Amino acid sequence: MKNLKHLLGATALTAALAMSGPVFAEDSKDPIIIPIHNWSSQIVMSHAVGQILESLGDNVEFVTTDSQAVYESVRLGDVHLELEVWEGAFGKSFRDALEKGGLHDAGDHDAVTREDWWYPMWTKEACPGLPSWEALNECAALFATPETGDKGRYLDGPVDWLKHGKERAEALGLNFTVINAGSAAALWAEIGAAEKDKKPVLVFNWTPNFAEAVWPGEFVEFPKWEDGCDKDPAKGPNADALYDCGNPAEGYLKKAAWDGMKDKWPQAYCVLTKISFTNPQIAQMAKLVDVDEQEPEEAAENWLAENEGVWKPWVEACPS
Amino acid sequence: MTAIDTQMPARIGSLSNARVATILFAVAALIAIAKPILPDGLIRLPDWMILPWAPWLQAMFDFVREDLGLIYVTRTITAGLEFVLDTTGNILYGKHRWPYLGPISWASIVGASGVLGYWLGGTRLALIAGGTWVWTAVIGQWELAMETMSVIVVAAPIAVAIGVGMGIQAWRHRRVEVALRPILAVLQTLPFFTYLLPAVIFFKVGPTAAAVATIIFAIPPMILMTTLGLKKVSPDIVEAGQMSGSTRWQMLRHVYMPAARTEILVGVNQVIMLCLAMVVLTAFIGMPGLGAKLLAMMGSFKLGRSFEIGVTIVLIAVMLDRLSKAWIVKQPVHFEKGSPWSQRHFFLLAGIAAFVVLALLAWVVPYFHEVGRRQDLSMGKEIDFAIKWVLDIDAIQATTQWLRWFLNTKVLIPFRDSILWLPTPSAILLFSAAAYYVGGLRSALVIACFFGIVALTGWWDRSMITLYTVISAVILATILGIPLGIFASRNEKWSGRILLACDTAQTFPSFIYLIPAIMLFGVNDVAVIFSILIFAMVPLTRYTIEGLRGVPVELTEAADMAGSTRRQKLMHVQLPLALPTMAVGFNQAIMFAFFMVIIAAFIGTQDLGQELQRTLAGNELGKNFVLGTCVSVMALAFDHVIRRWVTDRKSALGLD
Repeated sequence: MKNLKHLLGATALTAALAMSGPVFAEDSKDPIIIPIHNWSSQIVMSHAVGQILESLGDNVEFVTTDSQAVYESVRLGDVHLELEVWEGAFGKSFRDALEKGGLHDAGDHDAVTREDWWYPMWTKEACPGLPSWEALNECAALFATPETGDKGRYLDGPVDWLKHGKERAEALGLNFTVINAGSAAALWAEIGAAEKDKKPVLVFNWTPNFAEAVWPGEFVEFPKWEDGCDKDPAKGPNADALYDCGNPAEGYLKKAAWDGMKDKWPQAYCVLTKISFTNPQIAQMAKLVDVDEQEPEEAAENWLAENEGVWKPWVEACPS
Repeated sequence: MTAIDTQMPARIGSLSNARVATILFAVAALIAIAKPILPDGLIRLPDWMILPWAPWLQAMFDFVREDLGLIYVTRTITAGLEFVLDTTGNILYGKHRWPYLGPISWASIVGASGVLGYWLGGTRLALIAGGTWVWTAVIGQWELAMETMSVIVVAAPIAVAIGVGMGIQAWRHRRVEVALRPILAVLQTLPFFTYLLPAVIFFKVGPTAAAVATIIFAIPPMILMTTLGLKKVSPDIVEAGQMSGSTRWQMLRHVYMPAARTEILVGVNQVIMLCLAMVVLTAFIGMPGLGAKLLAMMGSFKLGRSFEIGVTIVLIAVMLDRLSKAWIVKQPVHFEKGSPWSQRHFFLLAGIAAFVVLALLAWVVPYFHEVGRRQDLSMGKEIDFAIKWVLDIDAIQATTQWLRWFLNTKVLIPFRDSILWLPTPSAILLFSAAAYYVGGLRSALVIACFFGIVALTGWWDRSMITLYTVISAVILATILGIPLGIFASRNEKWSGRILLACDTAQTFPSFIYLIPAIMLFGVNDVAVIFSILIFAMVPLTRYTIEGLRGVPVELTEAADMAGSTRRQKLMHVQLPLALPTMAVGFNQAIMFAFFMVIIAAFIGTQDLGQELQRTLAGNELGKNFVLGTCVSVMALAFDHVIRRWVTDRKSALGLD
């Protein structure tokens, strides 16, 4: 009897398929493991998505991991998805893992990312020519430190984000020494230390990011990114050098999924492919934690409650 | 040919170590001076000599992993370990797994720990044990702390079990001991970034990988202490055991182990401390709880909350340390034959009673089960404000700015540039000369071989920057740490205080002072050295205190009677006798510095640590192993020379 009902239901659903999209086998009861890293938007977003998946009846667990090593884990199926693949910082790890197989691209967010040389607003008072990059050389002395002598100092992101700051400074003839910070925390400490005396600083930064809310600032406008600027010296203003452009102002923010996810949790997988956050949404999630001091789980709950219009359609597009 | 072979050692033998060392030094200096006319191949190794180690190691790793199927073995172990971790996870913080009982309410754990503390060390320890957990709960970190503990309560016993097992084997079979020594040394000196990826690949990111990394890190002292304890068992006891006809197992269980109890328990204590020291680092590979939260807090520049988490970790470490030390001192209580079971197990019953009563209380009053999100007393914002206020004081800023300028331009950068300027052969000869002076031909060859390996990997410059950072930090740590130790050793009260400060500095997560270090000094070598310095000073100060306090009373009394001043007594009696112990501290300081210099990559360095960090993008395991080897062999080179010196010194003083 029960089987019959099942069968009937299935037939009915199959009939409806043409209109309402795919129908899935039931999701496995094994927990879906979502990795979390050490920046707020990613943590809140992971919890928000976790709570959405739980509302479908899936079990969800979180695990903290390094944000580069995680791609190896997704590949091996130890964690099952990754919600923030930044083109700039994690593109290489992602592409390498993609090549080895085991994970795949699960679609882009609406959000675009920008990662480039940045300064807090007070810097502009000392160097009014900004944000144009051509103003940098005149102001180089403002950014000088004891170690760099009369050269300016630019604090680039950690080396594993592969930012090529040094190459750019050379290619554009900037009178700057490029130092790599070891972590995001080191960048914040540098800005925080400069805040009191409004000392001009030039650091690596990105958006969406909590720092925008704490320290208003701007990106330096470098020559616009052209495709191939990192491979073809002819591109960009310096005909003999690579990396003579700014980073792409509209980099992707992707989701990645373990290959096995589709078969094991078909419905959850479908929802994952539909998920797409925008820049303001990500900034808002980060703000709930960074400025309003909520716990990530709580922030995710509140965000979901206030934005049902955003995420309900993702779930409705994937009927069980 | 044979003639030369027999002649060579004889000739060297006739010269004193100092002589040969001087000659080697002179040759090194000559090569350095001749640098302008040297061919490039003698300044740095030519490219053709640098073999593609990275792809070879990568291929070897892939072979071991897939073709030999090591990953299937480790993944089977992982499954078992995961089951245990899930169980503790359920009991301690309510993870949704078998046996679906937890979480235990915090009040119950406070009660049970309080009774345990009382049994081990009276009211004081009862307060420390109970108080730590009360703090954790009311500050709103209970669940985080339990997530962390759910891994430690599994990792620590496994580390102890494996450590004791291997320690017994090493004591039984000389060959095992000899084989184990270099393995342990390499394990202890391999940089953390090198463990990270293999742990994730073989043991699955999450609590399992975290537990394995913690176990590997914590095992070595357990093995060493077990072997040491068993070796010291007096022959009289052994004979007594044999005369009563014990089997081998009985001998071990009832004769050797009880006699070696103290050493084994010291090992246990070390295991616990090392487990807690790994709480934050393992968060990169899936350790849940306090460490992970700390990393997230640091990522959004919340100093106050990070600080609170640091305090919790220190409190838990100090509590476990004091409890385990009290357990070492506590001798088994003897009961009259026929005394009732309840009397023998009074404290066990009391503990259970406290646990149950408080569990019931928690059932009635939810606050005692779980402190709600808005009920906690966290003062993150206030502490944040206070820290930033202190860092902003003009006098402090002015001092650190001056220090930054002075150390960078006058000391560190010239030192770094000169070490980088040295031609490779000259540097290797220089290090060998120092080794020859201490330990003769064998040491010199060992050191030349170790640094030769570094040169052959092609990472010489980066390695020299790492070396320069370590040396600078250790010199500063010596200048500050040894006088502090000498001062503290003068009276009981101060040595207690300073030793507590040492415990704190050792377990307070180093990540927390990376940020203030950057705010004070900026992202540069001064901040790096400052953060290494704090860590490296700990063993120097600790061993100086212990060395000086360990000087036999008869000798200091003799010095007093001979009418020496306090200064004379210190310089001519106490310090020379304490020197071997202090050298052990010095050795530890160097090992800690090699450990921290890699972690300091999180501030921003230009050394091997930075390259190691770079390998994480794209999982370049082969290159990672090559870099890890460079760090490891340099640390081992120091380890070898200092150990050699300590052994010689001790036998010269008749201390061993």
